[in-house]
Amino acid sequence: MEKFTRLEQTAIPLDIENVDTDQIIPARFLKATNREGFGENLFRDWRFDENNKPISNFVLNKTNFTGPILVAGNNFGCGSSREHAAWALTDFGFKVVISSFFADIFKGNALNNGLLPVQVSDSQLQTIFEAIKEKPNRKFIVDLVGQYIEVPSIDLHIDFEINSYKKTCLVNGFDDIDYLIQNKHKIEEFERKRNA
Amino acid sequence: MGETLFDKVWDSHVVNQLEEGLHVLYIDKHLIHEVTSPQAFSVLIDKNIPVFRPQQILATVDHNVPTLNQHLPIKDELSRNQVAKLRKNCEENDIELYGLGHPYQGIVHIIGPELGITQPGMTMVCGDSHTSTHGAFGSIAFGIGTSQVAQVFASQCLLVSKPKSMRITVDGKLKKGVHPKDVILYIITQLGTDSGTGYFVEYAGEVFQNMSMEGRMTVCNMSIEMGSRGGMIAPDQTTFDYIEGREFAPSKAEWKQKLKYWKSLSSDPDAMFDKEYCFNAAEISPMITYGTNPGMGIGIQEQIPLSQNESFHRSLEYMGFNEGDSLNNLPINFVFIGSCTNSRIEDFRVASDYIKGKRKAENVNALIVPGSQQVAKQIQDEGLGEIFEEAGFIIRQPGCSACLAMNDDKIPAGEYCVSTSNRNFEGRQGPGSRTILASPLTAAAAAIAGKIVDTTQL
Repeated sequence: MEKFTRLEQTAIPLDIENVDTDQIIPARFLKATNREGFGENLFRDWRFDENNKPISNFVLNKTNFTGPILVAGNNFGCGSSREHAAWALTDFGFKVVISSFFADIFKGNALNNGLLPVQVSDSQLQTIFEAIKEKPNRKFIVDLVGQYIEVPSIDLHIDFEINSYKKTCLVNGFDDIDYLIQNKHKIEEFERKRNA
Repeated sequence: MGETLFDKVWDSHVVNQLEEGLHVLYIDKHLIHEVTSPQAFSVLIDKNIPVFRPQQILATVDHNVPTLNQHLPIKDELSRNQVAKLRKNCEENDIELYGLGHPYQGIVHIIGPELGITQPGMTMVCGDSHTSTHGAFGSIAFGIGTSQVAQVFASQCLLVSKPKSMRITVDGKLKKGVHPKDVILYIITQLGTDSGTGYFVEYAGEVFQNMSMEGRMTVCNMSIEMGSRGGMIAPDQTTFDYIEGREFAPSKAEWKQKLKYWKSLSSDPDAMFDKEYCFNAAEISPMITYGTNPGMGIGIQEQIPLSQNESFHRSLEYMGFNEGDSLNNLPINFVFIGSCTNSRIEDFRVASDYIKGKRKAENVNALIVPGSQQVAKQIQDEGLGEIFEEAGFIIRQPGCSACLAMNDDKIPAGEYCVSTSNRNFEGRQGPGSRTILASPLTAAAAAIAGKIVDTTQL
C-alpha cells in the first residue's frame, strides 16, 4: 500500500449528498480482473453523456477545479461494497476524500488502498466548500501525522479523528493482511479450542 | 447486564483484541463470486501466500452472467474472462465452485440459505454488501471489500472494529397486502440511508417472529441500505424447520447439539442496545420509492414530500418527478422480479397468485429472474412457470440480472422500472434507467395494470 503522511494541494468540490459507489464506478465497468485503469470510468455517467462527450457542468470537467483532494457531501460511498470505487478514485489521482460522513464499507476500502477519508462536521464541510468555491486554486494542507486540515491564509484549522492502528498502516504503507498472517498461530489456536 | 444476540455471536468469534479497539474476528464461511474476488487472488499470488482454509469457502457465478443460453460460452469477452478466472482460481486453490450449469448455481445470497450452508451463530462474509441477507438466521453476515476478501483467504479472519448495536422492533399485525419488502422499505424511509452506519441491527417483535424465513431474508438483505453492515433476527422454530434436511444442514448426529446452541441465541431480556427504534405494524402500507436512494420511499397512496435540499431536488429531476406528485397510477413499461432481495420461491408464489388468469399490459416488459437453479426448477415444478408465461412474462435463467445491469438485462434510459431489487441509484439498472423499488406483489400488479397500483385498494 502507498504511504500517506501529508500533502498541500488544491481540492475539488462535489457538493452532492449520498454519492453511492454505483455513481463512483458503475457496475458495467467492474469486469476487469486487475486493479488498474478504473479511473477512466470514475463518475462515468456524471462525467460523460451517452455519446461519451464530457458533460461540461460536472465538476471534474471544469478546468478551474483540480487536485488530489475530493470534498464531497454527506454519506459518501454508500451502497455496494465494490472496492473498485476506491481503486477508481486513486487511479484518477485522488489521495484524500473529505466528507461529513462516510459509509462503512467504503471507508474501510479507502483505508486499505492508501486513500485517506477525512470526516469533518457539517459546518466544517460547508466552510471547506466555500473556501474552494471562493478561490479554486487555494491549497489545503492535509496532515495525517498531526491529524488536521489547514489553510493558514484564512485561519482554517480542523482537527480530525482516525483509528490509531489505521493511521500507523497509512503512514507506513502496511496492509492488514500482513498483521493477520503474523497472528496465524493465534488463529490456529482459536480453531483448536473451538473444535475441542 | 445481559448480552445481545449480536454480542453473543461476535464475542465467540474474537481471536484477539488490539489495543486500538480492533478485533481479529474469525470467519466461519466465506462466499465468493466472479466480480470481487480476482484481485484478491492476485494479492495472494503477489505475496506468495496460500489460501488458509479453502474448505470454508464457497464460490458461485452470479453478478455478470447472462440469463439466456447459459449452456453456451458467454458472449461478452470481459464477463467470460471473469468467469473463467474464477474457475481457474477455484481449481488452483481447491475451492468448491457452483459454476454455470451446476444445479446449485445461483445468486450467492440465495444459494447459501437454500443449501443449508447458512446457519445460526455463524460469521459469514462475502465481497458483496447484501451479505447481510444471511443475518435472517441469527448469523453475523456482512459485506467486505476485495482487500478484505484477500485477508480472509490468507487467514480466515478480518481485522475489524466491533459495530454498535441497534434494535428495530415492529409490533402488531401487518395489514393484508403488506409484505416483508414493504416493512423494510418503510423502516429505511423512516430512519434514512445513513442511520445504521456503524451499527449492527437486530430486528425484533411480532412482525419478524411471524415472518417466514424468506421474508426475514428480504428484510435483513436491505439492512445495508440504511448503512448497517448487517441485520439479524434471533433464530426460532421457523429457522430450525427451514434448515432441517437441507443439503449441508447438520447431520442427524450433530443436529441435537447444534440445536441446543442455536436455541441460546437471542438477546437477553436485560440486554442494552446503543440505539432502539419501535414501529407499529398497522402504520405500514405497500411502499414504493420515488427517488435515487432506498430511503426515498412513500406509501403508494402518499405524495412525494417537499424538496429538502439540492441533492433531493437533483434526485427528483433524475426521476422526472415533482414534489407533491402521487405515483399511484403512474404508467410504467418495465417490471423486474428478481435479485437477492426477492427471487426466492415465495416471492414468485406471491406474484403468480396475483397474476393467475390475468395478462400483462401490452406495453409492459415483465422479467422474471429466479435467484438460483433450484428456485428455477421449483417454479416449473409448482406450475408457476406456466402462469407467468400465459400472462406474457419472460422467465430467464438465474443471476443478478437487471438488479445491477452488468449483463445485457438493462432498462433503457428514461424508462421507469418497478423492481423488486434493492437499489434505485441513478443508472443502477442501466444508464439513465429510473428504478422504483417495490414488493413482488406491487411489481406483479404493475405489470398487469401497466401502471403503479395499490393492491390493497383493488
